[in-house]
Amino acid sequence: MSESYEVVIGLEVHVELKTASKLFCGCTNLFGQEPNTHTCPVCLGMPGALPVLNQQAVALATRAALALSCDVHPFSKFDRKQYFYPDLPKAYQISQYDQPLATEGHVTIRGEFGMRSIGIERIHLEEDAGKLNHIGQRLGDATGSLVDLNRAGVPLIEIVSRPDMHSPEEARLYLTELRTVLSYLDISDLRMEEGSMRCDANISLRPSSYTGSLVDLPRVEIKNVNSFRNVQRGIEHEIVRQKALLEQGIRVVKETRGFDDAAGTTYSQRSKEAANDYRYFPEPDLPPLILDTEWLEAQKREMPDLPEALRHSLTTEGLVSRDVEVLVQDRALYGFWREVVAIFPDVKLVTNWLLSDYSRHMNAQGLSFDTPGVSAEHLAQLLGLIQDGTLSGKMAKEVLEAMFTTKESPEAVVQRLGLSQITDQEAIRVIVAEVITANPGVVADFQGGKDKALAFLVGQVMKATKGQAKPNLVNSLLREAIASHV
Amino acid sequence: MLLSKEDVLHVANLARLSVEPSELQEIQDTLSRVLEYIDLLNELDTEQVVPTSQVVEQHTVWRSDQVEKSLPIALAIQNGPQVVTGMFVVPKILDGGGQ
Amino acid sequence: MASLTWDAVEMVRRVQSGEVSALELVDAALERIADVDANIGAFLYVDDNGARDAASRIDSDLTREQKERLPLAGIPVAIKDNLVTREMPTTAGSKILEGFRSPYNATVVERLLAAGAIPVGKVNLDEFAMGSSTEHSAYQVTRNPWDPTRVPGGSSGGSAAAVAAGMVPLALGSDTGGSIRTPASYCGVVGMKPTYGRVSRYGLIAFASSLDQVGPFARTVRDAVLLLHVITGKDPHDATSVDVMPTQATVAAVEPSRMRIGLPEEYFGDGIDPKVRTRVDGALETLRGLGATLVPISLPHTRYAIATYYLIANAEASSNLSRYDGVRYGFREAAPDLIQMYANTRSLGFGREVRRRILLGTHALSAGYYDAYYLKAQKVRTLIRRDFEQAFSQVDLIVTPTVPDLPFKFGEREVDPLQMYLTDIFTVTTNLAGLPGLSQPIGLTDGLPVGLQWIAPALQEERILGMAQALESVLPVPSWPMQGGSSQ
Repeated sequence: MSESYEVVIGLEVHVELKTASKLFCGCTNLFGQEPNTHTCPVCLGMPGALPVLNQQAVALATRAALALSCDVHPFSKFDRKQYFYPDLPKAYQISQYDQPLATEGHVTIRGEFGMRSIGIERIHLEEDAGKLNHIGQRLGDATGSLVDLNRAGVPLIEIVSRPDMHSPEEARLYLTELRTVLSYLDISDLRMEEGSMRCDANISLRPSSYTGSLVDLPRVEIKNVNSFRNVQRGIEHEIVRQKALLEQGIRVVKETRGFDDAAGTTYSQRSKEAANDYRYFPEPDLPPLILDTEWLEAQKREMPDLPEALRHSLTTEGLVSRDVEVLVQDRALYGFWREVVAIFPDVKLVTNWLLSDYSRHMNAQGLSFDTPGVSAEHLAQLLGLIQDGTLSGKMAKEVLEAMFTTKESPEAVVQRLGLSQITDQEAIRVIVAEVITANPGVVADFQGGKDKALAFLVGQVMKATKGQAKPNLVNSLLREAIASHV
Repeated sequence: MLLSKEDVLHVANLARLSVEPSELQEIQDTLSRVLEYIDLLNELDTEQVVPTSQVVEQHTVWRSDQVEKSLPIALAIQNGPQVVTGMFVVPKILDGGGQ
Repeated sequence: MASLTWDAVEMVRRVQSGEVSALELVDAALERIADVDANIGAFLYVDDNGARDAASRIDSDLTREQKERLPLAGIPVAIKDNLVTREMPTTAGSKILEGFRSPYNATVVERLLAAGAIPVGKVNLDEFAMGSSTEHSAYQVTRNPWDPTRVPGGSSGGSAAAVAAGMVPLALGSDTGGSIRTPASYCGVVGMKPTYGRVSRYGLIAFASSLDQVGPFARTVRDAVLLLHVITGKDPHDATSVDVMPTQATVAAVEPSRMRIGLPEEYFGDGIDPKVRTRVDGALETLRGLGATLVPISLPHTRYAIATYYLIANAEASSNLSRYDGVRYGFREAAPDLIQMYANTRSLGFGREVRRRILLGTHALSAGYYDAYYLKAQKVRTLIRRDFEQAFSQVDLIVTPTVPDLPFKFGEREVDPLQMYLTDIFTVTTNLAGLPGLSQPIGLTDGLPVGLQWIAPALQEERILGMAQALESVLPVPSWPMQGGSSQ
């Protein structure tokens, strides 16, 4: 029993597109409204209603496909995927089957193994289903369900990866990079918890002795997991479970499983062997989609710099790769960084402060960089005060903390707390003179060659200035004054 | 018979129709007879023929992303056989269902 | 005093000039319906009050100039009950839509209203337009006004019978495989299926989406032109809709002597009732007399049309009818769980023929059968389209009998559904090819009407209408059934 197994993972990611209206009707595409208030004959599946395609949804889907290096097909068409369920008003979903919008793309992941390319098989456009609210605790013991169709007809893209991932970690890296790339396009809210990004994972184990086709391996699909972390946990559990079965000589059943967050395990939902027969056929109500080069070029022009390009330019600007990754992976953080750098171009100082103290306060306040706790202007001003010597690093930390609480400008905080370093030489000279007069013995010791005596005098000046004088400055002014004191 | 009783029941299940035992034979007979007639199409060699799924010559018909007024909630749900708190009620769902 | 013997063009002229009021016309129509419809069964719903109110508004609120801008000012119109209406119930002839009230109007209904027409009621059809006899409505049968023991044809039997019996001058129907032309032929009226896409399908309850088309019923060709012009044109709610129909002027410009008319041999072979054949031959002779050139042609894939049609239409129907699931509207049969609720609702809500077609269509799309059935049919559809392309490279128009026989008796084709399906043998091809087709009455045989079918290339409706009008003008003025009613 020394069979080893290769883990084979493929991911299907659904992303809701951030359009103003739904995919096939003019109802608002807004999350979290009163049930059924954003519905019309089309998305209610009323008799006689017909779909009309939203151009912007095609534009956003196309940009996603281009950003993931896919071939966007000049010809694609829509099909009906048929199954009965109360959240699917027409009992078919308008999707794309054999001629999708785009195919053959990839996502590059980075890890201890270096860089790897994960293939994308296809990207297609489809409509979302509505939402069911179960009466009772869980679906299993619900006495009925309530149907809300506000989400029905919201535009989605489905991004289907190739089965190119071989560990839960790779799956997590793929999802992270995918989300990063999509976040720069600004085509979706990408919120797992609100369902604007959803992930299904297909996992199979290939015994080293297996020589058949990947497609024939029994594949388990974990559906609708609500976070990247749980996708990873679900896959981890599934690997353990399938391995245990195989080692006992038990066949793995092709099925759909759910993920139990509390237990960290997967559970059987429905066997795919009794699966639906979706009876796809071409949607007669929608003429085919033909995208000409001019239109594709226009979409390319709408695209911002993508993570790959940003990594390159940040490295050129002198950032270390660890910082580059942190910046690039959060589009809002990166945007904020750019804003600060535009005002205060010391890239290293900005990066250090942003990624350490600033980020720490953000986390503590539970903020994201879409809504920064301290504005870019104020942060730039603070860094300016450090650079011109007004504030010591230690003082600046204190000021920043206050800024996060009161939203004041750094100057205002400094003034209110009386915190600035005294750089006014005349003011320090007066104190130096007083200290020399008050400590003639120590001055004599220093003059007699005891260097340590100067440290005492510096300390006295610092004490008198409540620490706001710059030690170096005090040091040189003392030497100067003692020399002329003779 | 081009269609077995099992075929009829399978298709009925896909279409969410129930077939009473008393009507199964009649349905099997009728559908089989229609399928036998349809078998006529196999006289034609269509290997090289492109299928027609639409007869309109147009393509890429789309609308701009404009929000239009939704139905007032009262109209959206007025036909619902059972409605609670603005939502349509369905009975207990036994299997996982969905896609 | 308003007369229902006027055609719609004449009625509009009189309403616009103030010779008769819209209310007089509507009252005359309502009276006629009250008089004769008990024997016909065309109407599923009559909106007496709504129609009278709308007519009164036209009479009292509009100036003469405003009326002159309404191409259908005050005209009573019947609407097939698979077109959704806000002010009247819509059932599609099915129990599954019992009590349903649409929250919106079909685009064609909106256009009628904008043109000043008065919808007086909803008319009967085979359930979901699936049938050729109007025997398969869940609510009532409709009888042929020429002989109440016979069917009016279907599925738009209510529309055809209402027009033929003089209850309304105009009606809307829908045609998926002959559902306008067959009843037009059987009831002796003009009925046209326009080019696919010419009329918006938004609000037409879908049977087979790639074949369905809304069209007019009228007693004269010029009335059909009038109604067509109002209902055609691109609709932002229907992605498959195209341009507007030409006007009366372009129709009138058609010159019969310049027309080459094809007679497809497959439509003139055995299987045609000799009495029908004789009438059709007579009409062809008249066409020659008008100077048209008649040419024999061939449409070699005609014999595959019915099989192709039943696969495609029923596959699409099985999908289109899935939405009737008892969740959001219509009939629901209670059950302890969802799956049983679906099955009970759909089995009790749909009639036998509809269930039969859903099963066939589902089978044609199901795993393992798609290629052999649905895909095969789509390919043969291509061959049938090519037949027409070929033919129209030689001729301007095609003419055929609309139906191979005379109206049949109730129940006659119930035993064998295939027999019923074959009623549509001459009409389904135009739907498969997306072409315009029209049936016009060419006289009676044994007191029953015979229809002639015209087929043109896509978007060439004016050729058909021009020729049909030319033929109509030289045929004897038709008599109408059920004369002697109180309004006549």
